[in-house]
Amino acid sequence: MKKYDVVTTISYPKKGAMGKTGSWRVFRPILDKTKCVKCLRCWIYCPEGTVIRNKDDTVDIDYEYCKGCGICANVCKVKAITMEREAMKK
Amino acid sequence: MAIKNLPVEECMIPGSAACPGCPATMALRIVFKALGKNTVMVVPACCTAVIESLYPNTSFDVPVMNIAFEAAAAGASGVEAALRQQGKGDTTVVAWAGDGGTYDIGIQALSGALERRTNFIYICYNNQIYSNTGIQRSGATPYGAWTTTTVGGKTEFRKEMGEIIQAHHIPYAAQACVSYPEDLYNKLKKAKDIKGPKYIEIMAPCPPGWRFGMEKTVDMGIMAVETGAWALYECENDVVTFNGKSKLILEEKIQRKSIEEWIKQQGRFSHLFKPKKDVKRIKTIEDHTDQIWERYRKKYL
Repeated sequence: MKKYDVVTTISYPKKGAMGKTGSWRVFRPILDKTKCVKCLRCWIYCPEGTVIRNKDDTVDIDYEYCKGCGICANVCKVKAITMEREAMKK
Repeated sequence: MAIKNLPVEECMIPGSAACPGCPATMALRIVFKALGKNTVMVVPACCTAVIESLYPNTSFDVPVMNIAFEAAAAGASGVEAALRQQGKGDTTVVAWAGDGGTYDIGIQALSGALERRTNFIYICYNNQIYSNTGIQRSGATPYGAWTTTTVGGKTEFRKEMGEIIQAHHIPYAAQACVSYPEDLYNKLKKAKDIKGPKYIEIMAPCPPGWRFGMEKTVDMGIMAVETGAWALYECENDVVTFNGKSKLILEEKIQRKSIEEWIKQQGRFSHLFKPKKDVKRIKTIEDHTDQIWERYRKKYL
């Protein structure tokens, strides 16, 4: 990345600027790929951009940064995404 | 434009400081998809100034300038002039402010920039409160809504910013909603190709501010449009066209849903339902919405 030599403070783009936001999650979205109809509603509505759109329009969820808001499960017309409570860490 | 045809490129990088279920980041993703990487943003004090995350990192993959609360449009004017002088006239300049920075604090700078015919897009994401500072009332807060500064519910009606903007007779002004990404995308694309000042206002239901569950952001936006609390329209050279559900409501092809359905799902209106239903105030809200639509019909039908 090009760094700029200026007097003011500049922030540079970085994935996970606030750390691994996946740790905020209480409920985890679980995608059932057999039910998915590739409508991409979850992809477009995800506030965080953590629903990854693949080349063939299937989707994957980036659990490292997913904050677990549940919008994807709520907008899914075929109920392919369900929210499950995160397992307690032992 | 179907969802499938929207660009895959992202300029909003995961791992930002936004609350889960944030409508602002949802809208920002669409904005970046529509405007592309050749964009400069000017952001005043608002939630987005926080969402960008902490120095020395940022979650935005486009140049952003943070500026004082009242100066979004003025700053954008300066950025636009500087880019023009450097021969970079094809760069889109976007001022991105919340409703506090648009309706109340930033209105004089905005009005000035629109009057000077600055070539930029002003986007207001309207969550009807000052949510960044802890849910205070703004000029956009609707009647009866609880905020930390209107504990018993707001006693005044919200400002009609769309009509204030239309009084400037700018080439393009539009109202959109985060729940209709295709509509928002089309409006942004259209605005990008027009020269002169453009204004787009995006309805952004805020889960912590409106006191609803974070998974319901999209539902709340859809309800806002279907109940007539928010209208989707665009105004091109003083010709107003309504879009989507709002068009059907305007033409009376469908009946707008009762506002009560929308507000009873929001904690900020819970004092109108508990312990006893406040019929009088709910009726005031319904009547006011009817009045607004009557006015729309008189003017634009």
